Amino acid sequence: MKTRKKMTFSRRNFIKTSALAGGGILIGFNLVTACKEAAKPPVDISKLNFQDFNAFIKIAENGYVTIFSPNPEIGQGVKTSMPMIIAEELDVPWEHVTVAQGDLDTENFERQVAGGSQSIRFGWNALRQTGATAKQMLVNAAALTWNVDPATCSTSDGIITNAKGESLHYGEVVNTAATLDVPEDVQLKSIEDFKIIGKDATNVDMDKIITGKPLFGLDYKTEGMKYVCVARPPAFGKKLKSFDDSDARLVKGVSEVVQFGDKVAVLANNTWAAMKGKQALKIKWVSDAKLENSELHDVELLKILEGKDVVVKREDGNVTKAFAEADTILDRTYEAPFLPHNCMEPMNFYAHVSKEKVHLVGPIQTPAGTANRVAKLIERDVEDIHLEMTRMGGGFGRRLYGDFVMEAAEISNLTKQPVKVIYSREDDMTAGIYRPASKYRIRASIKNGEITGYHLIEAAINGNMWAGIASYFPAGAINNYKVEAGNYRSNITTGAWRAPYTNFLAFAEQSFFDELAEELEKDPIQLRLELLGKVPNQTDDPNTYSSGRMSGVIKLAAEKSNWGKTENEIYQGISAYFSHNTHVAEVADIRMVNGEPQLEKVTVAVDCGIVVNPTGAKNQIEGGVLDGIGHAMYGDYSFEEGIPQDSNFDTYRLIRMKETPVVETHFVESNIAPTGLGEPGLPPAGGAVANALKAATGKRLLKQPLMQSLRKQMSDFKV
Amino acid sequence: MAVFNLNINGKNVSVDVDADTPLLWVLRDELNLVGTKYGCGIASCGACTVHLNNVAIRSCVTTVSSAESAAITTIEGLGEDKLNPVQEAWKELDVPQCGYCQAGQIMTATSFLNKNPNPNKDEIRNAMNGNLCRCASYNRIEKAVALAAEKMSKA
Ligand code: FES
Ligand code: FES
Repeated sequence: MKTRKKMTFSRRNFIKTSALAGGGILIGFNLVTACKEAAKPPVDISKLNFQDFNAFIKIAENGYVTIFSPNPEIGQGVKTSMPMIIAEELDVPWEHVTVAQGDLDTENFERQVAGGSQSIRFGWNALRQTGATAKQMLVNAAALTWNVDPATCSTSDGIITNAKGESLHYGEVVNTAATLDVPEDVQLKSIEDFKIIGKDATNVDMDKIITGKPLFGLDYKTEGMKYVCVARPPAFGKKLKSFDDSDARLVKGVSEVVQFGDKVAVLANNTWAAMKGKQALKIKWVSDAKLENSELHDVELLKILEGKDVVVKREDGNVTKAFAEADTILDRTYEAPFLPHNCMEPMNFYAHVSKEKVHLVGPIQTPAGTANRVAKLIERDVEDIHLEMTRMGGGFGRRLYGDFVMEAAEISNLTKQPVKVIYSREDDMTAGIYRPASKYRIRASIKNGEITGYHLIEAAINGNMWAGIASYFPAGAINNYKVEAGNYRSNITTGAWRAPYTNFLAFAEQSFFDELAEELEKDPIQLRLELLGKVPNQTDDPNTYSSGRMSGVIKLAAEKSNWGKTENEIYQGISAYFSHNTHVAEVADIRMVNGEPQLEKVTVAVDCGIVVNPTGAKNQIEGGVLDGIGHAMYGDYSFEEGIPQDSNFDTYRLIRMKETPVVETHFVESNIAPTGLGEPGLPPAGGAVANALKAATGKRLLKQPLMQSLRKQMSDFKV
Repeated sequence: MAVFNLNINGKNVSVDVDADTPLLWVLRDELNLVGTKYGCGIASCGACTVHLNNVAIRSCVTTVSSAESAAITTIEGLGEDKLNPVQEAWKELDVPQCGYCQAGQIMTATSFLNKNPNPNKDEIRNAMNGNLCRCASYNRIEKAVALAAEKMSKA
């Protein structure tokens, strides 16, 4: 007999059921509340309406299950993997499950979406418990029908069987189940009994995507809606002085021009007219703040690296003493530019502000916070705000910010009509919330062949790393250890960009350890494993950094990449990093072809606990690695007099197919609760490439974009 | 404004728009064919790819007036009754991440394979190089094009 995990928890407060008019049962639960780690039960259950729920399981009389997921899809696959977890515990075949979003077909229950993209990490327990609770209700209903003890019944693939061998399928008991109380005491499956989790499941929106069905924010429209393009200040530090819209109003299809704040909106009957109308505006801008240059940022960030205005994030031992007593000191500075997000679907949002309500539709990662901000901005009750999320054409952090939702709401409020604000690519790239430019200075002291001290300073525009990051590798492995950070306040808007801070910190640190290995005449993998061996291991909390799991992924990557055993022309580089609760190691293989480096393959080892959906998980890692490589090699963004220097893909370089290596992903087998995969593949990628480039070309590249640095160092190298 | 007669996915339609309107916005705003995507507007990303007489073109820089006498195919018209081999391959290999670029990728791949049914790896990489995927699903796109070629040769 396998051990089963027994759990008691108050499901009543999270789950409510109802019989469906045409037969079947609807189970509502609040994924957002349930997914919070320390969720407080909502007020009085009797006052709770279905409107307070945002996720539903519908089981029809034929036993088929529909899971209405509130989770928008950014591209991270959660819309597929989260329902898989429910279906697993519900114990139904995945083929009997349909996942729907935003089209709940009952008139009685208005769907109100309240939650953002909750990661698997928060959802794991809540989703399992929800599925198990639903299953228990069906078992209780069957037991009642047979007049037996529910404990004597078992389930498999949507069928309940009793001790006598009689069976009923779920659909036959749903109507009875709808009349029963929600059970509080349910059992979760043991991991070895999983049938759905761990098997490949294709993206649930697949057919719609490949046949071009409306899915994304930009695809949403309503009758009479105006298409809106907005002129925004062309430089950071400028504001609107005056404008002349007489030409814009002459453009056919343009219906209205309105100013709001420092922006001018052109409303039209179609996108093209709105774009042309915007171009026809004659606007005078004046500067009201400093117009910054990227050179200024460089100078200011370098001052911080000298130790000006920094705060200590972590300090162990005595770094000053270690450096004073050192035989050798390695001292390096790593530099990275600003980066735009460039979601493939440009920012856009629909708003219709009417007396009755405020209807907002589009791609946003933070619906609850955004609804609050809109309510405040246009002075409405937050209960009036109905926000629906669409599938998102990429997020990468940009859609955490609701600036474009505010614009749509404000314009609709001013003009009293339904509007859709559409960013052109130029708007999207130049009115960005950028990955801040940053620099790291890392020094290490070496005495008698040992690393005795480590000192890292971060200098970034506007913000600094979170405290926790300072405690990842190599913290704990080196006795005298110090991390400091300082920032330069700029009026260029910056924010989260896929794997904030670690997206470049990992490059700096992992490049540095490669040089340290060289200095100590050690194999770079050996050096990392030795250092990790000095850090006490913690494996019980799946969400924290663990030196043991880190060593595990490094060893797996070494094995799968044939580290040190490849043919002659292949040059390898290793990099390993823990971010967003997942441990990842990557080995990049470069081949020299006619004197030029060609990236052939990246071998990736990932420890993210249980892999819910392997094909989706691999897709995330492949994307994250190639994204990391692309931006490390080519990504470059700068400002002159506050003006963004690139505005479209003709001059702004993103990685394209011909530059991509093969990504080969391996997961560490694990029974630990799962962690996220959207970000962690990215941070190690740049370091793996830089270290492989060093092996292949002899050039150590400290500044991104790497291809620009390489070109500077190798004049004969054509890119 | 002027009336333009277009043949889209085998159907004749007429639209009343400015002559300089890009086909992309005619499809999306006037005809509700929103499968064709906007990504850059300057022929640099491939998200807006459609077929004009079976040749892949960028609808963001093709004016409606220049598309009048051609047979236009969009992603909606590709596999109307049943998925075409390229779409099938995309599904089999679970290619999309966010999915936004994929209609354009599929349109480029389909027209490429019609011309070159038996491509090698470099030919695939060349042919698909103009289509950006910000999610970088490139490994799977490459494999799916090869798989689609295999499916077409068996069909
Ligand atoms: S939108 Fe046409 S190529 Fe980018
Ligand atoms: S799948 Fe997101 S842009 Fe290609």
